[in-house]
Amino acid sequence: MQAARRKGKKWIRESPLHLMMVPGIILLLIFSYGPMIGVIMAFQRYNVVKGFFGSDWVGLDNFEFILQIPDVRQVFWNTVFIAFMKIVAGLIVPVLLALLLNELRAKYVKRSIQTIIYLPYFLSWVLLAGILIDILSPSEGIVNQLLSWFGIEPIFFLGNEDVFPYMLVTTHVWKEAGFGTIIYLAALTGIDPTLYEAAIVDGANRWRQTWHVTLPGILPIVVLMTVLSLGGILNAGFDQVYNLYNPLVYSTGDIIDTMVYRMGLIENQYSLATAIGLFKSVISVVLIVVSYKLADKYAGYRVL
Amino acid sequence: MQYKMSFGRSVFVAFNYIVLVGFALLCLLPMVHLLAISLSSGTAAAAGFVTLWPVDFTFKAYEYVANKPEFTRSMIVSFQRVLIGVPLDMLLTLLIAYPLSKDARTLSFRRGYIVFFMITILFGGGLIPWYMVIKMTGLLDSIFALILPGAVSVFNVILLFNFFRNLPKEIEEAAYIDGAGHWYTLWKIFVPLSMPAIATLILFTTVGHWNSWFDGIILMNRTENYPLQSYLQTVVVQQGLERMITIQDTALLQEVSNRTNKAAQIFIGALPILLVYPFLQRYFMSGIVLGSVKG
Repeated sequence: MQAARRKGKKWIRESPLHLMMVPGIILLLIFSYGPMIGVIMAFQRYNVVKGFFGSDWVGLDNFEFILQIPDVRQVFWNTVFIAFMKIVAGLIVPVLLALLLNELRAKYVKRSIQTIIYLPYFLSWVLLAGILIDILSPSEGIVNQLLSWFGIEPIFFLGNEDVFPYMLVTTHVWKEAGFGTIIYLAALTGIDPTLYEAAIVDGANRWRQTWHVTLPGILPIVVLMTVLSLGGILNAGFDQVYNLYNPLVYSTGDIIDTMVYRMGLIENQYSLATAIGLFKSVISVVLIVVSYKLADKYAGYRVL
Repeated sequence: MQYKMSFGRSVFVAFNYIVLVGFALLCLLPMVHLLAISLSSGTAAAAGFVTLWPVDFTFKAYEYVANKPEFTRSMIVSFQRVLIGVPLDMLLTLLIAYPLSKDARTLSFRRGYIVFFMITILFGGGLIPWYMVIKMTGLLDSIFALILPGAVSVFNVILLFNFFRNLPKEIEEAAYIDGAGHWYTLWKIFVPLSMPAIATLILFTTVGHWNSWFDGIILMNRTENYPLQSYLQTVVVQQGLERMITIQDTALLQEVSNRTNKAAQIFIGALPILLVYPFLQRYFMSGIVLGSVKG
């Protein structure tokens, strides 16, 4: 009796907490859980007229068909290659920038540089692509004009399939590096100053201080960021690729996400596009779970 | 402190400045260049005279853009999107983060809720099912198609409830003893105390809404409903690429003014962010660090 009443009271006291979440839960049920059900399209020959429940079931036919498309292997390889290079470059450059910024004595200069290098991160790939297409254009772009002063032939940066993947990596670093340095700078300020004093007492010069104190100090966060980025290795950056690529560079620049887009929404191959997307999601989920386990094990990182 | 630098040290300092200033210039100069083009005459831009300073200074390109109904219309759509979307996102984020910041004794089924939210980060239906669900809800072509599907950001929820959890428990207990309910505690205690985190989230959701272009392109069937970035995508990027392929030196007058116009549109598209960004910068520095690197 007593316990029951207390239980009832607890519910009344708690009810606002549950009520608060209702709107968000409804939205997620529709827009996040809804599409998960839609994945059944991957196992159907989806027919717009018959809908989800009337379309014919074809089992794994869509997946078998996909594996026979010659482009798919190439696209998969492009995705992993581009993403892997982005992870590596996106790790080295921000760490270096943070170390160099940390050495600056002039506060004002340091702040100004920080502010400027974060800026591209806040602009959309549409705007940045607009800028890049202009400055990299072979006929009127300023970059090729500069090159011509040195007698270098114009390079069609965004239309040359050998150059294009490296352009993706370069422009990715250009956009994201400033932002990444924030995290490493924060880690640098967290290093115990007495360690430096001890190193100086031991006669360490600045290089040795960097090598023996600074780098070990930020290593856990570097490891953490790397491990976490592995989970996204199949996300090679739809926004960027879609805005920068063109048919000339499909062979090296097409990634899974852009392929799904073209197949699904341009060519209306709903079932095939969903199957490719599902294939990607399954691998991604496995990678994310593994990377979070690794992060927990080696860096003590937990999401919640 | 030491006042005299060793030779090696001064070489390093010089090197350091060169690298950092060089990288900063790489981030800044392309934008300055484009601004210069947008303020130059079409002929000067076409002839390649413009580097970092406008040649034949003129506002013609901006006049042209301002008089283009599609441009102004899409800009209005973008402002609507930010003005409705950001408050809604923030409200939903707060309303989920607050209960989840309680422990399991105060909130029954806490674990269940967390699993429910985390699953949406891990699994997704992919592009096509997502599109079809939105189509089925009948939201296509409405501004709410750009706002509702992404209104709950579980990442932001995580950031905010981690912030909530670090607030001192005593304040909350004192309020509870004084008879405050959950709604009161949330609005009068948690929200004011969390302003740095909330300001960071406001900046990021604003930038997110302003910069979104893809949903506009696929969820809006009629181009007059496009938000600014979607419109710019079709005008600046798609045409830009077509022109790059077909071009080669058919520098017609039409295309020449096209270049300055594009530059002007890109610059206007970036302007709101360029204006807001310096003021909110100091918040996001602390905000990001709080959210990403704990401990």
